[in-house]
Amino acid sequence: MIKKTVKDVRKALDGVQNGMTFMLGGFGLCGIPENAIAELVRLGIRDITCISNNAGVDDFGLGLLLQKHQIKKMISSYVGENDEFERQMLSGELDVELTPQGTLAEKCRSAQAGFPAFFTPAGFGTEVAEGKETREFNGKMYVLEKAYEADFSFVKAWKGDEAGNLMFKGTARNFNPCMCGAAKITVAEVEELLPAGSLDPNQIHVPGIFVQRIFQGENYEKRIEQLTTRAKN
Amino acid sequence: MLDKNGIAKRIAKEVKDGYYVNLGIGIPTLVANFVREDIDVEFQSENGVLGMGPFPFEGDEDADIINAGKQTITTLPGASFFDSATSFGMIRGQHVHLTILGAMEVSQTGDIANWKIPGKMVKGMGGAMDLVASAENIIVAMMHTNRAGASKLLSECSLPLTGVNCVKKIVTNLAVIEIVPEGFKLLERAPGVTVKEIKDATKGHLIIEGEIPEMVL
Repeated sequence: MIKKTVKDVRKALDGVQNGMTFMLGGFGLCGIPENAIAELVRLGIRDITCISNNAGVDDFGLGLLLQKHQIKKMISSYVGENDEFERQMLSGELDVELTPQGTLAEKCRSAQAGFPAFFTPAGFGTEVAEGKETREFNGKMYVLEKAYEADFSFVKAWKGDEAGNLMFKGTARNFNPCMCGAAKITVAEVEELLPAGSLDPNQIHVPGIFVQRIFQGENYEKRIEQLTTRAKN
Repeated sequence: MLDKNGIAKRIAKEVKDGYYVNLGIGIPTLVANFVREDIDVEFQSENGVLGMGPFPFEGDEDADIINAGKQTITTLPGASFFDSATSFGMIRGQHVHLTILGAMEVSQTGDIANWKIPGKMVKGMGGAMDLVASAENIIVAMMHTNRAGASKLLSECSLPLTGVNCVKKIVTNLAVIEIVPEGFKLLERAPGVTVKEIKDATKGHLIIEGEIPEMVL
């Protein structure tokens, strides 16, 4: 067994520097790497490029990094839940690259799987395709999209083991598996870190080969963005 | 004239037994409330779930189980979770049968604009561009005119596009319209709405052939 465990979040983020590109898992506030974000805030790393489907809310998730003006550029599909984001974008402080959600996921997965680029129909005929190669296959038009290049991937899983194997819960899975192994170093934080052999190999969602560092996360807030319920009877 | 629930109710009739369906935010979300109970349908949410159920009971909500609108949801027996690349594989690979989404404008050639208004804060396209570029069957749910009273059915979209040549059908508060090579083909009128009212509210080329039936809800 090749051991991937590191003592804590500080060790896990060893080597992060100003100006780096990070992938961060999560959809909205669901399945975000809360501990890694908190550590990036503490370290005060600046001029970051973040590849993340969303940009958090004002006071949570990536919003915490935005508050401290640590993010230089956001690559996302939807950023509508954050006033500070809007302010920085309109003032020109923050560079934003909007990417169709499926394309964003595939640009991560391609980086993981060794594809330099792929053709997708998403965005053909729109401003997203401007300046990009397009090609016809079987009578339909496609846009060439390139794989991302990132320095670190920060992902959050439900359970993980010492070998870096990961399991996710519910829709907290989202972009996390696509980002594993898609950057030079993948850091996984888990709600429950277990000894090797504790997880059934049949049930692993991400094999440990895609993870370089894994640590036991703590104090998960797991904030709900839109609480919607129905009354009992 | 239909209200938002009426539009959703009419669209629900397009949902057939055995369909996997992706519902957008807004009126499309309401469609789930009106699907016949004697057919088997699974709702997909692009953040990674098939087999979405109703909202949880108070106190049963789980932060790890949400839909693409970031709302807490439940799952039904037979449901599954998956990652975002797999989710869009289902969409791009046309395994999802029907996509229902809202729009700001639709052109008579089936172009759709629903993500950006120049001069206003751009929130992003989310999964809309992937959905419209790939879905076999796309139905747009929207009001026939905007708040200023201008038609949302145009010969050409004026707003930045989300996708080209992709919308198959439009259900509005006034009518059901199919996109055919010649333009907007009027299929049905909303209860109490005349063909003239629909014609006046439509800026693109409206095709009216024979008697136009009133929709049955």
